Amino acid sequence: MSNERKLRVKTLVMVLAMVVCATTGDSLLKRGMSQVGPVSLTQTGLFQAFRGAMTSGTIWFAILFLIGFMISNMTVLSWADYSYVMPASAMGYAAVTLVGVVFLGETVSPRRWVGVALICLGVFLVGQTKPRTSTVMEVAQ
Amino acid sequence: MIRSAITLGIFVLSGSAGELAVTHGMKKAGAPEHLRIRDVTNFLGRAFCNGWFWVGVPLMALSFYLLMVLLSWEPISLVIPASALSYVVGTLGAKYILKEDVNGIRWAGVFLVCIGVAIVAAG
Repeated sequence: MSNERKLRVKTLVMVLAMVVCATTGDSLLKRGMSQVGPVSLTQTGLFQAFRGAMTSGTIWFAILFLIGFMISNMTVLSWADYSYVMPASAMGYAAVTLVGVVFLGETVSPRRWVGVALICLGVFLVGQTKPRTSTVMEVAQ
Repeated sequence: MIRSAITLGIFVLSGSAGELAVTHGMKKAGAPEHLRIRDVTNFLGRAFCNGWFWVGVPLMALSFYLLMVLLSWEPISLVIPASALSYVVGTLGAKYILKEDVNGIRWAGVFLVCIGVAIVAAG
């Protein structure tokens, strides 16, 4: 496999990891906070919400996935262009819409489908460019 | 309205500046040779010791705080789509600050993603 192709595959894998981790983390966070219940903006209410969140297994799973997102984001930015990774990670919006339709039975408006189509087309165009155009420091092992 | 527009501008600029600083820090830290746990852990150690990472984090925190402020002033259907401007501002920063080669195809992709995100976020 050529270096260029290896770089493209490695970048794609990390961007996919980012999208999966962010989408799963956000969905679990939403589910966990729904279990905790509406947060009352008083000292007692905030404390109860914090305690509820910290004792929720769902929220800890969400945090784990969001840490996974952070690590994959930092790692991919160590070799790939920011202007390549940032738009590519917008696939998360499309993923959330698909998860909503397929798993949660949500109805999506035609306008939203147009938005998802534009994101997919945009990501496809960005994917046609080289993932790395700037200088990357090599680390001696 | 002017207050919200100025805050939106600072929100977009601080968020993009923070991400550009973190990106610069990650490039300085050097990419892991392989995607093995040991190599990635070593990379994270270098990344957390890099000053640019710690320049970026507070800027991103400021951006997040301003997002909360904006959401308390304006409807979410206005704030979140407007925040899609970050894609264009971030790409400008990548081109002129990080010296990335942003060609016409990448610009077209960025604009489509920006419009698409604004439409999706508007609901």
